[in-house]
Amino acid sequence: MKNVKFLVIGVVFGIILSKSEVVSWYRIYEMFKFQSFHMFGIIGSAVLISMVFMQLFKSGRIKNFKGENIITKEKKKGLIRTVVGGTIFGLGWALAGACPGPMFVLVGHGITAILIVILGAILGAFAYGSLSKKLPH
Amino acid sequence: MDFITQPWAWYVAGPMIAIVLLLLNYFGRGFGVSTNLETFCTIGGAGKVSDYFKKDWKAQTWSLLFVVGIIVGGYISSHYLMTAEPMVLNPETVSELAALGFANAGQSYVPSEIFSTENIFSLKGFAILIGAGFLVGFGSRYAGGCTSGHAITGLSSLQLPSLLAVTGFFIGGLIMTWFLIPIIF
Repeated sequence: MKNVKFLVIGVVFGIILSKSEVVSWYRIYEMFKFQSFHMFGIIGSAVLISMVFMQLFKSGRIKNFKGENIITKEKKKGLIRTVVGGTIFGLGWALAGACPGPMFVLVGHGITAILIVILGAILGAFAYGSLSKKLPH
Repeated sequence: MDFITQPWAWYVAGPMIAIVLLLLNYFGRGFGVSTNLETFCTIGGAGKVSDYFKKDWKAQTWSLLFVVGIIVGGYISSHYLMTAEPMVLNPETVSELAALGFANAGQSYVPSEIFSTENIFSLKGFAILIGAGFLVGFGSRYAGGCTSGHAITGLSSLQLPSLLAVTGFFIGGLIMTWFLIPIIF
């Protein structure tokens, strides 16, 4: 039951992504064509405000619900992992017009074909996990 | 009520996404969606194939519920919080897409040229859907995160790997949008 709050936060996140049209294939196309400020504004303002929160976490002015300091997990380092992995992700993001969050929102919109995209994404994660020891990072 | 049913501007959505990050962190978790793709593999028995997936998926229950919530949020907004108005897209985008064979850009959230249910049953349509998903899944796990984990969490905490990953996201996205989409469609 203690996890129900994450369901509620998910509902809010799903509504935000829907209402701001982030889940629209067209908004992603427009972004990569630099024909609209919309997506840059959303990601940019989310990053800037999160930066303030991150500073407040770091200085201990915002603590978690247990009263402990909030520590942000460090991302795995590696030039190949990040640039090559990121580029592969970007190819898919632009073609599907959706990254993982919006894919699930579109399930809620009743778009049946997105289930095939999600299946592909799970297969992709499976392929990466299975090959991870052999891939350069 | 008008405010709810109208599309939300970037300066409403961006700060609200930051609040989602704040709430998740307050409750002791990080903001990220693509880890769930691995959790689905683990639940499906991928641990038999590779040790990579030998994890305790129950520790990810919170994140699975977050995903269920995202689906419910999509359902609620599409059923109760939206108008039938078409999207306001850049007219240039609309005419470019029309030239590529995408009719009626912005009439719905996703183009029927990719997402109509009939496409699932055509070879090309199916290949595009599953291939796009595969790239997202493979790439996000290789890079160690997607838009939420790298672009929002990683950039805002000033992590160099995330800057590199987001640079990659744009390299890939620009190649697809400018060069490959005109060839594929």
